[in-house]
Amino acid sequence: MSQIKLTTPFSEAVVENLRIGQRVLLSGTIYTGRDAAHKKMVELLDQGKELPIPLVGQVIYYVGPSPAKPGRVIGSAGPTTSGRMDPYAPRLIALGLKGMIGKGKRSPEVIKAMKQYKAVYFAAVGGAAALISRSIKACRVVAYPELGPEAVHELVVEDFPLIVVNDVLGGDLYEEGTKIYAAR
Amino acid sequence: MRNIPASEITGTVAGLCQQANYQLGEDVLTAIKNAGEQEISLTGRDILQQLLKNAEIAREESVPMCQDTGFAVVFLELGQEVHVTGGDLYEAVNEGVRRGYVEGYLRKSIVGDPLNRKNTGDNTPAVIHTRIVPGDKLRIVVAPKGGGSENMSAIKMLKPAEGVAGVKNFVLETVKAAGPNPCPPVVVGVGIGGTFEKAALLAKESLLRPVGRPSPDPVLAALENELLEAVNATGIGPQGLGGLTTALAVHIETYPCHIASLPVAVNLNCHASRHKEAII
Repeated sequence: MSQIKLTTPFSEAVVENLRIGQRVLLSGTIYTGRDAAHKKMVELLDQGKELPIPLVGQVIYYVGPSPAKPGRVIGSAGPTTSGRMDPYAPRLIALGLKGMIGKGKRSPEVIKAMKQYKAVYFAAVGGAAALISRSIKACRVVAYPELGPEAVHELVVEDFPLIVVNDVLGGDLYEEGTKIYAAR
Repeated sequence: MRNIPASEITGTVAGLCQQANYQLGEDVLTAIKNAGEQEISLTGRDILQQLLKNAEIAREESVPMCQDTGFAVVFLELGQEVHVTGGDLYEAVNEGVRRGYVEGYLRKSIVGDPLNRKNTGDNTPAVIHTRIVPGDKLRIVVAPKGGGSENMSAIKMLKPAEGVAGVKNFVLETVKAAGPNPCPPVVVGVGIGGTFEKAALLAKESLLRPVGRPSPDPVLAALENELLEAVNATGIGPQGLGGLTTALAVHIETYPCHIASLPVAVNLNCHASRHKEAII
């Protein structure tokens, strides 16, 4: 199966060309965030303050890694359930976020925002956290260290294997893939 | 009476927490390999291969298979002839969880209060289920349970008139509603009967059975098979991206129940179906 190599940050053109079901190998800098960090970031926006990370063209990975063993960059780092970030995601997409990585379905509001503002959602393989950690070459906490595994980390990734689940056309691989294989 | 030092319990629990997170069971490995041979979705096959590769890395490098190293659910079968010495049984278990998670570089995923949500920092407390049984041994099973799959579990108090058909419907509804969230291929634990809380516990206990070992009751074994086929006919597939492998197994446990009741609980587990046991 062919795989598309992508590097962050994303231009609008790159995002517009992605389609559901495509396999991607992602390289470059990405940011981590779970619900606790998203809540804090949206509070900052409400107060008119600046976010601790850039958003335009960027990708957020929904992950709370396990602690790194000595000498390692990061612990195991697979995707968490994205639905918990749904209440916050449209706001960030409207501000220029171009990609999200997680597992599980997104809400109609998030899918609508991806269509409207040109963003995509990728699935990483849930449960393949030890394998995924091999794609992570650097890691540092950039915000909310008090949140422990839920802190915002800046990751440098190389050939992180992903699958496009939602594209700018409003396609949804979870829906389409299930339909193909459901017994009739 | 046989004396078991609390410190031995602590050490055993610590080791089990780490093994359960580092080592995918042979039963699961076999089930994933078999599923891979039958999967027709290319993406699905590739995902199953990635899960096998992941298990190999985790085992070889002693790192957790998944970053969500779970809530430590601990089942104790305490022989009534056992005397725990030098400490409190539950504190010994919790100390084991603390040590296992801190020293094993496992993620600390427990908040001390469900509403104010401050992390306890050491993955304690455990959820401990204890049964007093005949004998002078202590059997300990540690089953670290991830949030993604636990969140998609459900319980329903059916009307007895709904019968087997009602049970099948509820299991299928729960798996469909869960979709990709519990990291399929899942193991589906079903508890039928008892009371509200007993059904939930039966569902969880059914997940401790080796993956794919049928119920000893032929009627339940047939129902497990039928449900597995129905679950795999949903098309959800590996990671919910479409395919034939939505579940590796369906396990059912039952218990007598009230004439007015038919409780059914469905406890979903991710593909890893983590649990390790020891007998002291």
